[in-house]
This record gives sequence, C-alpha cells and structure tokens, in this order.
Amino acid sequence: MNLRKYLVLAGVSVFAPLGDSFLSYGMKQVGNISLRNIPDLLLAIANPWVGIGIIFLLGFFASYMTALSWADLTYVLPASSLGYVLLALIARFALHEQISVTRWVGIALVSGGVGFVTSGPEVTRRPPRHLSNDGSVAAEHS
Amino acid sequence: MIKHAISNLNGWLAILAIVLSSSAGDVLLSRGMKQIGDLGELGGKRGLAFVVLQVVRNRYFLMGVACMAVSFYSLLFGLSWNDVSLIGPAAASLTFVANAFAAKMFLHEHVDRRRWAAALCVAAGVVLMAF
Repeated sequence: MNLRKYLVLAGVSVFAPLGDSFLSYGMKQVGNISLRNIPDLLLAIANPWVGIGIIFLLGFFASYMTALSWADLTYVLPASSLGYVLLALIARFALHEQISVTRWVGIALVSGGVGFVTSGPEVTRRPPRHLSNDGSVAAEHS
Repeated sequence: MIKHAISNLNGWLAILAIVLSSSAGDVLLSRGMKQIGDLGELGGKRGLAFVVLQVVRNRYFLMGVACMAVSFYSLLFGLSWNDVSLIGPAAASLTFVANAFAAKMFLHEHVDRRRWAAALCVAAGVVLMAF
C-alpha cells in the first residue's frame, strides 16, 4: 500500500456517503414515488441536489474502479467502512434526521465488523494453481 | 400507522433490490478491472484516454454498470420512502455480506474465518439499525 492507494480508498469512503446524502436531500424534495409511477424516478435526476449527488457518486465510482483494479473485492468494501460513520454524522447533523440509540449501536457494530476485517491481510484471494515446468502443482502468489 | 408500515416495506424492498443488483455489479466490475490491471499504473504508462477506452470496452464492466444502474434507481426509490441513515448503511452492509459469498463463489477470493465473523457482526448491526 502506498499514499496513492490510500487516497483512492479515502475517495471510496468519502464520495459515497456525500453522494447518498445529497440524493437523500433531493429525494425528500421530490417526494414519495409509488410503485405505480416508477417512470417518475427517471425525472428525479432533474432535481439539482440529486444531480450533485450523482456527481459525487461518479467520483465514488471512479475511485471504486481504481481500487478494484489492484485489490480484492472483499478488501475494498470493508476498507471503505468509515463511510458508514460519515453517513450517520451527515444524516444527524446536516439532514437533521433522528437516529435512535439502537441505530447508533447498529452503525457502530457495522463499522466495528468491517474494521475487524481490515485488520487482517489486505489480499486473501485464493491463489490459482498452475502446473509448473516440471509438472508439479504450484501456487501463484498475488 | 399504515403509511409508516408501507414506508418500511417499500424501504426494505428497495434494500433487497439494491443488495442483489449491487452484489452482481460488484462481482462483474471486480472481474472486469482485474482483467485490465492496475488503472493507476496503466494510466501513468499509456495515458488516461487509453485507460478509459480499456474500461468502457470491457464487457464485464458494461454488465456491471447495468447492474449498478438498477441498484441506483432502487436506491432512489428507497430514499423516497425512508431515511438515508437506514437505507444507506443497511443496503451497503448487506451487500458486504452478499459480496463475501459472491467473491468466494465467483471470484475465488479466500474468505477466511475472520471475514465470516465480521460478516455476522455486520449482519447484527443491520438488524439493530432496523429498530
């Protein structure tokens, strides 16, 4: 891991909750969409807050693609766990949503769980087996 | 009361749709990006335009994006019915658990006991977030 890779993971962590929060704010303005009016979802992107949310989510997507190009899927997702905490803080203090104590405990458990994973090795992909030149089976270390 | 129940039901339906489509998308995108290689290094050697061309021509990437589009609109639907502090973490956490299964089955990543234990921890957190 180097600074560039840490910055990419930080991008995954930060852009996703910011994008989700702007989407949430915009969708509250758009109002409830019933299952009978699904096409209204397509019009929802005309809301400026939804548009800003989409821009942040594009930033998340670019960071995510880059991270997936050099790390396991089961490493990238836990590594972005700080996003859950950031999302809760944004929801509470910027969107003024009510978050119960139980839900706070749940968010802490989720963050703790994914943090637990990241304390392990960053690459645990099962090494594919190849036949070496002498015909014996050798593992390829990633 | 009934309106609250409908909001909860639609919220959890959206979460289910997000988890299924997002997990499929994650696996497809991961496979596609592994085929291309380190995007940062590739960009340094061949330029950004080359990287973008490689990515958008990858069929796993295109299928993954289609799945992510379904996931995105499911998210919009869910956010129109319930709080972001429930939809966001619940969908992301359950996706994490589903991805552990999918990564083991389809990407052949080694998901050890530490990761399974963490998955249960995450699942418990999601249950608590529902109340």
